[in-house]
Amino acid sequence: MTYESVTSFAQIWGMFFFIIVFGAVLAYALWPSNRDKFDRAARSPLNDDIIED
Amino acid sequence: MNIEQVRTDRAALGELFALPAVALVIAIGVAEIVATRDAVMTFHAGLLVLAAGAAGLWLLLRRMGGRAGEHEAGYNHAVVRAGVIASMFWGVAGFLVGDVIAWQLAYPVLNFDLPWTNFGRMRPLHTSAVIFAFGGNVLIATSFFAVQRTCRTRLAGHMAPWFVFWGYQLFIVLAATGYLLGVTQSKEYAEPEWYIDLWLTVVWVVYLLVFLGTLFKRKEPHIYVANWFFLAFIVTVAMLHIINNAAIPVSWTGTKSYILWSGVQDAMTQWWYGHNAVGFFLTAGFLGIMYYFVPKRVERPVYSYRLSIVHFWALIFTYIWAGPHHLFYTALPDWAQTLGMTFSIILWMPSWGGMINGLMTLSGAWDKLRTDPVIRMLVVSVAFYGMSTFEGPLMSIKAVNSLSHYTDWTIGHVHSGALGWVGFVSFGALYCLTPWLWQRKRLYSLRLVEWHFWISTLGILLYITAMWVSGILQGLMWRAYNSLGFLEYSFIETVEAMHPFYIIRALGGTLFVFGSLIMAYNLWRTTRGDEADETIMHPEVASASALAKLPAE
Repeated sequence: MTYESVTSFAQIWGMFFFIIVFGAVLAYALWPSNRDKFDRAARSPLNDDIIED
Repeated sequence: MNIEQVRTDRAALGELFALPAVALVIAIGVAEIVATRDAVMTFHAGLLVLAAGAAGLWLLLRRMGGRAGEHEAGYNHAVVRAGVIASMFWGVAGFLVGDVIAWQLAYPVLNFDLPWTNFGRMRPLHTSAVIFAFGGNVLIATSFFAVQRTCRTRLAGHMAPWFVFWGYQLFIVLAATGYLLGVTQSKEYAEPEWYIDLWLTVVWVVYLLVFLGTLFKRKEPHIYVANWFFLAFIVTVAMLHIINNAAIPVSWTGTKSYILWSGVQDAMTQWWYGHNAVGFFLTAGFLGIMYYFVPKRVERPVYSYRLSIVHFWALIFTYIWAGPHHLFYTALPDWAQTLGMTFSIILWMPSWGGMINGLMTLSGAWDKLRTDPVIRMLVVSVAFYGMSTFEGPLMSIKAVNSLSHYTDWTIGHVHSGALGWVGFVSFGALYCLTPWLWQRKRLYSLRLVEWHFWISTLGILLYITAMWVSGILQGLMWRAYNSLGFLEYSFIETVEAMHPFYIIRALGGTLFVFGSLIMAYNLWRTTRGDEADETIMHPEVASASALAKLPAE
């Protein structure tokens, strides 16, 4: 295991790792069926005077 | 049996089990006092015994008075109220010490030739007081407030939140008195010695458990994004704290310890910690405040919830790599320096995504900037966040850093983030929280908020412009060569050249301290339920509301 092989492995797979993670985040954020959940969540600080337990 | 009764019984049992824990802490403290020959350790163990003794006395008195397990119904606001008071107290103290050391830099005679008032001991006192005492208390208070409300459930734990609050205050007192008495690890933002670090670890783990426990019993299906930021802040700070403070004490009865890492590994670990103290303590945590308090105060949902999700993941995945930009042109390998630079530049994007999300939450309600100085404070804080997260990546470019590093430019950059972003977003949150928590209709005086806003803004501008000029001046003087290849200026000539800017900076700091005193007065009057007569302040608002009362045509 040389320094060069470690850096090339880290650089290439690091890049793919970040691209995949970012893609997963975008998919989660933009997934159409999550829209209602996010819309409801976005309003949650606005009407939080009522405690539910 | 109703749920409140079950809760009270369980809490009373918890109070009973807390007594042996208190006894154990007292025993450890007494053992240290008996065994140690280190005066500071004696003093600190004494403080520990006093604090544990006070906790034990409180538990016993409640038990004897038949009040064990007693608590206010509904949300746990009592611990948040305590957090607001502590934040304001440590804020004023920390800003004041900062201003004193700013004057010391301009006039060294103010060091008084005493070890305890020396700049070298006062500076960590200032940085820890503003970051950990002020900022930490603000974060604990706001996270405890936001998490239970967005989860629609009472904060988890009966005594645990109070242990976090008082345990954290004890940590602050131990750390601060230690610095003044010369006990330090000499690691930036991680100065407290091994035993204080251990205590903070215990407090922080309980903090994490309270937060997770509240999330676990939430009544909402989705965890609101502010809580993601708070949770990332708590978890990451725990990780950073433990790894950067992996030290071995010289003896169990002495204050001194040695870190496990050495050389450049130690430097890299330190700045991995140091930069993520900025990234997760001063950014992620305070973004949690932004995502809760800006929508709440503006009475509008956040501009884009989807953007907030992308903002969160992009920010936490990127920040953790940026630390090496503190070690350009050092023994750190080049590839690590370049990695740090690259990630610092990438960070610009999530930062600005978040800034735009915060600012655009006001779309359709921009008029509130004119009528509500608290919203103005929150919005200006986000604007400062945008400015300092643009300046940061810029300074992380190696060529720029070769000029800016070790100069006052860095100090100016830190303060545009600390005073402008962290300070103002905290002030905005505290101005929101005080009337809510003490159940007052409004703040004592919006006019005083206006004064606070403008005085502090002017102070920040004086501070950062003075530091830009003196920093770039300093950097250029350091690298100036004459025709023979010798350095153009001696070090003391650069110090002399910076003197006027040190005075301007200290004046800016004085304004900032003055603004915080106005705020403390305003909040104190608000808690008492006083209301200043201010109808004259906004005649246009008064007439608009008179118009609104007219019947529709």
